[in-house]
Amino acid sequence: MTDQNVALMAHLMRRAGFGASRSELEELAAQGYDNVVEALLNPASQPNLDEDLMMRYFPSFYQAAAIEVNIQNWVYRMINTPRQLQEKMALFWHMIFCAGHSKIDSGWEMGRMIAMFREHGMGNFRDLLMSLSTSPAMMYYLDNTESHKVAVNENYGRELLELFSMGVGKDEAFNYSEDDVKACARAFTGWSVAPPYPPFPYGRSPWEFRYDPADHDASDKTFLGRKGNWNGEDIINMIVEQPATARFIARHLYNFFVADEVPVPSWRQTPPKDPELIGRLEQAYYDSGYEISAMLRVLLTSDNFKNARFTKVKNPTEVVVGTLRMVGEHRGELKPGLFEISQYPRYMGMDLMNPPTVEGWHTGHEWIDSGTLVERINFAADYLGKTDLPGVKDMVERLRAQGDLTPEQFVDACADMVGCLNLSDETRSQLVAHAQKSGALGSAHQGEFASRTGEMFQMIAATAEYQLG
Amino acid sequence: MAKDNVLAVLSLSGGNDGLNTVIPFTNGLYRDYRPNLGIPEDEMIPITNELAFNPHMAPLKKYWDEGKMAIFLGVGYPTPSYSHFRSMDIWHTCEPHEIGNEGWLGRVLKELDPDAENVLTGVNFGRGLPRALAKEGVPVASVGDLETYGLLTGIEGQDQRTQALDVFSKMYGSTIGSGYVMDYIRRTGTDALKGADVLAAAPAKYSSTVEYSDTPVGQYMKNIAQTHLAEFGTRVLYTTSPYNGFDTHATQAGNHTKLWKDVSYNVDAFMNDLREHNASDNVTLFMFSEFGRRIADNGSGTDHGAAGIAFAIGEQVKGGIYGEYPSLEPSKQEEGGNLKYNMDFRQIYTTIVEDVFGLNASPIVNGSFEKVAFL
Repeated sequence: MTDQNVALMAHLMRRAGFGASRSELEELAAQGYDNVVEALLNPASQPNLDEDLMMRYFPSFYQAAAIEVNIQNWVYRMINTPRQLQEKMALFWHMIFCAGHSKIDSGWEMGRMIAMFREHGMGNFRDLLMSLSTSPAMMYYLDNTESHKVAVNENYGRELLELFSMGVGKDEAFNYSEDDVKACARAFTGWSVAPPYPPFPYGRSPWEFRYDPADHDASDKTFLGRKGNWNGEDIINMIVEQPATARFIARHLYNFFVADEVPVPSWRQTPPKDPELIGRLEQAYYDSGYEISAMLRVLLTSDNFKNARFTKVKNPTEVVVGTLRMVGEHRGELKPGLFEISQYPRYMGMDLMNPPTVEGWHTGHEWIDSGTLVERINFAADYLGKTDLPGVKDMVERLRAQGDLTPEQFVDACADMVGCLNLSDETRSQLVAHAQKSGALGSAHQGEFASRTGEMFQMIAATAEYQLG
Repeated sequence: MAKDNVLAVLSLSGGNDGLNTVIPFTNGLYRDYRPNLGIPEDEMIPITNELAFNPHMAPLKKYWDEGKMAIFLGVGYPTPSYSHFRSMDIWHTCEPHEIGNEGWLGRVLKELDPDAENVLTGVNFGRGLPRALAKEGVPVASVGDLETYGLLTGIEGQDQRTQALDVFSKMYGSTIGSGYVMDYIRRTGTDALKGADVLAAAPAKYSSTVEYSDTPVGQYMKNIAQTHLAEFGTRVLYTTSPYNGFDTHATQAGNHTKLWKDVSYNVDAFMNDLREHNASDNVTLFMFSEFGRRIADNGSGTDHGAAGIAFAIGEQVKGGIYGEYPSLEPSKQEEGGNLKYNMDFRQIYTTIVEDVFGLNASPIVNGSFEKVAFL
């Protein structure tokens, strides 16, 4: 009974966005899968979020210094932007190019960094690495501000190679040597920020990227076998050509959009789960001259992606924003309560704008422990049980229009409404038994129908299956 | 059989102003640096010839008099961070240079209960887990409010919720090899339900003549007492005073007063509660903040500083002053007009790890530190 086009669209929107309401899914499915993918890949073809309206209702967002306000701003965008893939890519890069508020100590700088990911995250990877390497927040976070001609700090130089572009190795080989790390770090000496931190004695003012030629090591360096008077930009130009970089980005895209991979430190020894798709993503990287959107097009239109439904554990932001988009809360209607909402990813173990380390969050099933699972279940169940919210009300009405249903039909139809969720046989049989115990459910009694349906939605939100996306 | 020792932690988040908490009232420089926020001498509560409590700490004076309160002066770590979050991370992870993602109490819990047999060996009160308690494979319940804690708390009607939880336990109980991830989620759900069921029984078991105040600190301290008194085998009870409240950049006079009134009253209530139930013998309460504040006031408040003050209270605590008051002399200050630390917080942790829990401290606090003989 599940419409396969709607189910596929639900999958696409969960992965390439933050989910959608039932009525949106049906409208999008009618547009055709490939057309929707193209629209996602071309954010400029979609209307932008109404920034004026947002600023009018949330004037505190304007040049906000507080981290909480910047997180609210971001969560509001995730819930409301029509440019869903663009926002999802901002989250993607935030989870790889990790820099955290705990050290940066400025919500404003964190907000700027996310805005940079939003602007460049689907564009050319070379440009993105340049933006990253001139991001004041990143320069400070990885101590490049402490790296001088006469005293090199290798932190950024190393992480640029290890975590942001090439990875330690592939196919069991190593991608670069310790000497390459040193050369890379030397090439980035003089890449710094102003004013310095800590902000004694006058307090904080916004940072600017500052290149100081006098503090740059202009002597010859050998990087990946090539000798020259390399500066940071030369290094980036060499990095983006490397097969290791194509592989590294391809695996990250696969891990985020298709299926949970082994943790990054194991990638050198562990071949990709799906070498065929990874190969095609690498090819798209080169064919397009390092365009991320070209890789995404190959990925999102592949059967490998389309068939990978419910194979990933949702990250906390996906749980929170995806649930709200489905039920229609904080969408369109501007109202208080955003602060509370924006804290929920943190309660579930994902403190946005403050990843635990430069290596980011541990993802996949590691999102879940007994504390975070209680938060995830209660959050989703609370919202899916609110039958007066527009998204849920619509789901209830669609079910009621199907007429009288047997308990089996009722459970299947409810799961279908909740993002075409696949229930395992064990889970389904428990829910059917529960529906049977509650007795016959007539579609004629609107009030009782709504409350019984809301209750079933809550039970579905509480299933282990709902944790997957 | 002797009861296992228990640690309760109250984190005073935001950066508590040590200078106005334990006041070096005979030091003339205190008056010079605090023209606006200096506490009048006739209001403060002297505890030694040189030091006095903030007037609003009156309820805690009796623990000092009984010799059950240790006061740690000049607590910090090398190269102070002036960021709340980074400094708190350093206290949580014991990693002042690298960024760590594993907490010292997470490591303690792993040693105490390596196979996670008791899902309540560590319990946090508040939303979201502080990094101090984070470690892979260590389940820690995180409880917003013990009275309403549980799974599917949004389901209205007691019967409906009971039925729903029954369905939940069956859905999560059937781990019949549906893949590693699904089995893992179901096992975790079963653990969570077990923990929630057990914890939910605590308020019903509890009766006391002690009244806590109707504030988050009051509620959390009461919840800690309730959990301890319910004897679930919990060894680490942790809570954080509400979101960065001690960050008193402005209008400190009124705010700092309110904060310490709240903390002192409820810590006293907590101790009285445990004593009323003959359950205080094995509990040590530790209170700290991620940093102290700037020596000079800024007119209405104080800015982020370096060395701060910490406390331990309990029947096993040897009361007294530990460490030295950092000098207020300009030449002896930390950069930026701050107090210089003379006691590393990891010295206090080392003492707790070894003397409260009987564990080897160095792998837990990341290094060897001289103990502070307060236990």
